[in-house]
Amino acid sequence: MNTMTAGGIIPAPIARQPWEMLIPLVLLTSFGGLVLYSAGGGAMQPFAQSHFIRFTVLAVMTGIIAAMPREAVRLLTYPAYLAVLVMLLGVEIVGQVGGGSQRWLEFGPIRIQPSEIMKPAVVLAMARFYETLPAGLIGSWRSVVPSGMLIIMPISLVLLQPDLGTSVAIAFGGVMVMFLAGLPLWWFMLAGGSAMAAAPMVYFFALRDYQRARVTTFLDPESDPLGAGYHIAQSKIAIGSGGLFGKGFNNGTQSHLNYLPEPHTDFVFSTMAEEWGLAGGLFVLVMYTLILRWGWKVATQSQDRFCALLAAGATATIFFYIAINLLMVMGMAPAKGIPLPWMSHGGSSMMTNMICIGLLMMVNRWNREAPRRGLSI
Amino acid sequence: MIKLPFFGDRQQAPSRMISASILRATFERRAVLIGALQGGVGMLLALRLGYLAIAQNEKYRLESESNRVNLTLVPPRRGWILDRNGAPLASNRADFRVDIIPERLRNAEATIDRLGDLLSLDPARVADIKDKVTTSRGFAPVEVASGLDYEQFATLSVRLPDLPGVVPQRGFSRFYPTGSSVGHLVGYVGPASAEEYEKDPNPLLITPGYKIGKDGLEKQFEKGLRGVPGARRVEVTASGRIVRDLETREDVQGSPIRLTIDGPLQDYAARRIGLESGSVVVMDCQTGDILCMASMPSFDPNSFSDGIGGVEYAMLREDERVPLRNKVLQGLYPPGSTIKPMHCMAFLRAGVKPTDTIVCGGGRRIGNRFFNCHSSHGVVDMNKAIAQSCDSYFYHFSQAVGFDEVANMASLFGMGKQFELPVNSQFFGTVPNAAWKEKKFGRPWEPFDTVNASIGQGYYLASPLQLAVLSSRLATGKALNPRLVLDGKAKDPVAYDFKPDDIAFIRQAMSDVVNGAGTARRAQLPLPDVKMAGKTGTAQVVSLSISNGRTGPWKYRDHGLFVFFAPFDNPRYAGAVVIEHGGGSGSAYPIARDVMTFMFDPQKGIDALRALEKQWGGTAQQRLEQRYAAYAAERGATVKPAPRREEEIFDQVEADARVAARQSETIASDVIVPRNEVQAAVPTTPDLVPGSAPTSPVTSNPLPQSEVSQ
Repeated sequence: MNTMTAGGIIPAPIARQPWEMLIPLVLLTSFGGLVLYSAGGGAMQPFAQSHFIRFTVLAVMTGIIAAMPREAVRLLTYPAYLAVLVMLLGVEIVGQVGGGSQRWLEFGPIRIQPSEIMKPAVVLAMARFYETLPAGLIGSWRSVVPSGMLIIMPISLVLLQPDLGTSVAIAFGGVMVMFLAGLPLWWFMLAGGSAMAAAPMVYFFALRDYQRARVTTFLDPESDPLGAGYHIAQSKIAIGSGGLFGKGFNNGTQSHLNYLPEPHTDFVFSTMAEEWGLAGGLFVLVMYTLILRWGWKVATQSQDRFCALLAAGATATIFFYIAINLLMVMGMAPAKGIPLPWMSHGGSSMMTNMICIGLLMMVNRWNREAPRRGLSI
Repeated sequence: MIKLPFFGDRQQAPSRMISASILRATFERRAVLIGALQGGVGMLLALRLGYLAIAQNEKYRLESESNRVNLTLVPPRRGWILDRNGAPLASNRADFRVDIIPERLRNAEATIDRLGDLLSLDPARVADIKDKVTTSRGFAPVEVASGLDYEQFATLSVRLPDLPGVVPQRGFSRFYPTGSSVGHLVGYVGPASAEEYEKDPNPLLITPGYKIGKDGLEKQFEKGLRGVPGARRVEVTASGRIVRDLETREDVQGSPIRLTIDGPLQDYAARRIGLESGSVVVMDCQTGDILCMASMPSFDPNSFSDGIGGVEYAMLREDERVPLRNKVLQGLYPPGSTIKPMHCMAFLRAGVKPTDTIVCGGGRRIGNRFFNCHSSHGVVDMNKAIAQSCDSYFYHFSQAVGFDEVANMASLFGMGKQFELPVNSQFFGTVPNAAWKEKKFGRPWEPFDTVNASIGQGYYLASPLQLAVLSSRLATGKALNPRLVLDGKAKDPVAYDFKPDDIAFIRQAMSDVVNGAGTARRAQLPLPDVKMAGKTGTAQVVSLSISNGRTGPWKYRDHGLFVFFAPFDNPRYAGAVVIEHGGGSGSAYPIARDVMTFMFDPQKGIDALRALEKQWGGTAQQRLEQRYAAYAAERGATVKPAPRREEEIFDQVEADARVAARQSETIASDVIVPRNEVQAAVPTTPDLVPGSAPTSPVTSNPLPQSEVSQ
């Protein structure tokens, strides 16, 4: 723990903060703000300013989460999960009433996207479930059916919106917790195998046209150079034309001349890579690596099952965002509406990721206050 | 229950502690696995990033540049077409214009309607544009409007983001100051057709706003007039909005061409033709320079520059006076009596003396048949034969010297010949002789063929240009060749081996036509010191049983012809006037008189024209515009669109011209009863031939031309 090395110069409350994660996080967010400044045409408005404000506000929220006592969290986990589930249901109802698909609920000036909050909520609920599940039941139907329900219920609601990307993200977090909870390996292999077998069926019968188009485009980007493939092609041009050190701050032509779609949200990494080149790209990757490595460290240092699964699930959720977004902008995954954590402009994903960071910091604090004793709990 | 390697025997040993620690171990093992997989994804991303940014940097940098930079060609300014004094017959005018590129339109119909609203185009124009957009190949720009004012241009420019495929720009458009007066001569310009682009796949041809020569001299001198396009490299956004100029290369204007045409004379002659359908050619007797070659009615090349509109095309097509035909080159008419002086040249060369006489008793017996003259001239010598146009004299001597002899002389004077001129199409007519008739019809030459041909009737056909050349050669005794481009000094014409006395004699005889006891006494120039010589001609097109040639359906009236030169004793200018169905030569020589008056005293000529135009209802250009407006108002909604390809129009015009030229052939198979030249002239006022100037030419004859000749 870094608290030991800080010595007496820095006050203990500051010194004991997880700086190995916070510094990369702040650097990354600031860099994201810089890119958004450029994407906004070289101005704080409309993207960069709100990006920083959001980060500041959410940092406070993160601090509050981090300060939550262990018992309160254990107590509130299921009610919170239920509350988010009800909100998801509310989205469906409002959407039905208002006509057309809607993904958010409005509370005065705040617009909340329950499907985003559901990601950490599922991780929390799953961790709580496996904590309370007697170890002996792992491998029996009771170890998978209730937790499966915990995942399937929100996913079905999100799929109705329809939002495939978020559904997959929720499933990813939940399944990751299941895997780490020690469910038999062959279950996952079987599930993976049948998913692959079912993929063509899903493609032809379950996907909507625009989703199918994304997959087709991903498999053959040249098939529609001015349509869906255009986005990925332009993104690759932006990244590739950046070279080693990029075209320079505010000099990105792909983003500034509107060739790059969504230069401030989904394709913010391309905007960055065009102006900062490979150097900027590697910097971003290193920052993410540091944050995720800290996340895993928190998970492995956890003193109990709930903390370990929670930390790992939160880390996996953050990872999912990063990996899918980066694979997409580099042309290795279908175009999805998944933003890049702490760099993309947008409140909902920032909130999800900050909740995950808050949960990780919370677990980290618990770990510090009551370190793990020996090999067992 | 399935036994698993990690979880041991749960049911037999429900030891929570052991299970929990095993689960912990599983967690740590799997966490390492997932962490490693995530690290692997991170490595994959880093490698991919490096691959894109380094290995493929070159490729993507190029693609990014080609995204960003848009190279547009700046159409070169076209070279001017100048008259002999350097005044422009075709120039360029800076203007604002709008084109659309069909393949970039999102909703063609709606966009064009919108443009029609914004630019307040008339419905016929909107219909034309829609038609063109549906038939054109997608990449070729279609002009919506040119000559816009700045307000309209600005109105449109701010709406561009909603109107993809619409290209407004500042540019130059072709301008013909004298409009319809030079229509046939200069031609017009228009956007290149798909065929033209295939032939010459120069990107310039599909640059919006670029026009190529479609007809006349514009087409003939396309290469020189074109110039070198400029280029403009601009930074553009994805939606095509120009952010800034990167680099601009100026265009190089095409080189001008200078014609032998005298601009004011050309305009004067065209206007002087008035309500008639005809042509005026004037040549310089020293160089062969063509000073004017006017063909009316004509079209306004200014209004053709964005393609021929459906309404305009229908109006021009329906007009039996065929405004699309260049009658100077594509009009063929029996020359009538205008070739008589030339035939006299043939007689003189064959040994006939000017003093040799015959007796005309209202006609003459040739072989065993009596052929009529238009009058009874009594004793006729050569001078009287020319001055009073006695047919009997020509029947007799053509028969005496043999018509082949006469035909040879006609060829020498350029009849049946084409000249080296930069024109797209030149008809050469016919000088009939025995061999020609045998070949063409498989029938032998009959005495009545000689009779017909001796007075320029029958199968004889000549174009106004040929008649002008004939006149200039007669006047000078030299083989003058017409010249249209003023490039260096003209070659000195070769003199014929005529005796100077003979030339002088013919000049005098032709002067007597006008200034003596001849058939065109009202053609005297109103000038004290210049005397014009000439020869009238009346060419019949149908037999006497159908029409008397002067009244009745326009189509059946006689052509009026007049060849002339002035001053008669030292010819400076020579020319020909041909008025289609003018009802006799009386329709032609007043025009020649006024044109020559204008040559020597422009003010006097203009005064005469002004008075006439007041009666006619404006200048030729004004009348054309009025007619168009009336026609569009009446018929605008019902016309069929114009052919997409100009070539089709030209082919049609030429085919019609060939058919029209054969009109007189139907009566050539029998003897033609000649008309009285003097009578044809005298009852008419020289300025305005009554009955031959219908204000509504469309209704004067319901029969289309082709039906007549078939």
